[in-house]
Amino acid sequence: MVELTLPKNSRVVVGKTWPKPEGATNLRTFKIYRYDPDSGSNPRVDTYFVDLDTCGPMILDALIKIKNEIDPTLTFRRSCREGICGSCAMNIDGINTLACIYGLDDVDGDVKIYPLPHMPVVKDLIPDLTHFYAQHASIMPWLETKTNRPAKEWRQSIEDRKKLDGLYECVMCASCSTSCPSYWWNGDRYLGPAALLHAYRWIIDSRDEATGERLDELEDPFKLYRCHTIMNCARTCPKGLNPAKAIAEIKKMMVERKM
Amino acid sequence: MADVNRGNRPLSPHMTVWKFRANDITSILHRITGSALTLGAVLIVWWFLAAAIGPDYFAVADFVITSWIGTLVMIGSLWALWYHTCTGIRHLIWDTGRGYDPELVARSAWIVVGTSLGLTLITLIIAI
Repeated sequence: MVELTLPKNSRVVVGKTWPKPEGATNLRTFKIYRYDPDSGSNPRVDTYFVDLDTCGPMILDALIKIKNEIDPTLTFRRSCREGICGSCAMNIDGINTLACIYGLDDVDGDVKIYPLPHMPVVKDLIPDLTHFYAQHASIMPWLETKTNRPAKEWRQSIEDRKKLDGLYECVMCASCSTSCPSYWWNGDRYLGPAALLHAYRWIIDSRDEATGERLDELEDPFKLYRCHTIMNCARTCPKGLNPAKAIAEIKKMMVERKM
Repeated sequence: MADVNRGNRPLSPHMTVWKFRANDITSILHRITGSALTLGAVLIVWWFLAAAIGPDYFAVADFVITSWIGTLVMIGSLWALWYHTCTGIRHLIWDTGRGYDPELVARSAWIVVGTSLGLTLITLIIAI
């Protein structure tokens, strides 16, 4: 359902301003969304000052520096620090991206950091991705075959393998799905760009033998057709993939198989 | 319709933090112009109906529609019609699987806005 405003318990209030580090000359201001589930109070935005002379170049470097040196209670997910695990996806300066591969110099002015949009917040910058992962599982993200197993591996030509480029690289960070207004309003039933990109990745895999079943499963006014080509997914994807295009290809296949 | 069950968890901000750009603004405008056109269509039908009913009633409808506010609504509807047509064609191109590169999307957004404004102006010049 379209609900433009936030529920009462979700409205963001002004938070604490943390002291500036002493003797620093090259300060950058960070405005970061905070929510403490144990406090019972509303989310707030805290202000931090980071000395850039002693900080790494990425947003994640600054977050870790804040956690280490200013406020150990600041909570966020991170792991690989090179854009391959997808853990540190968050809303930075108005777009969803990975904190580890987004540079401090990519942002003008104060750095505003929020959790991924329109998601239940567990704590601070950590959204609850349970439903998002369940949707991914629902598209059967594995090879479905009916013929007997080959003695060695399932072979694939170089041309057929090429069809998976631009799809297999997805790290399931949820940046795209949470950038999509259609997913905001109908995320309970619309699968969203990430799950649909993965669906397409298996649909066009030459080794997969469940193409028809996969398309049947998606032929639904909500699961697939809530995509209205708003294109936020393609604009925001930190890996430069294009979920909107993958969804368009699925829609095309739906029409083509009826002709 | 049921929303995703969040329990007691707050919902993270969305409209207020997301940076809207040409791609999502042209998308929502497509929907707004589509809905707003119903209003323009109703007004035009009302105008014709009034003409069919008789001169007195037509005078009332004509006064409303040719008043400055009525003219503004009509010019707005004219642009809405052109805009919705242009974005409609853009959607048809997308349906063929073309034009999905984010840079192309941003460029076609500006083309659609420019073309619809240009066509509105041309229509006005021809009509007046």
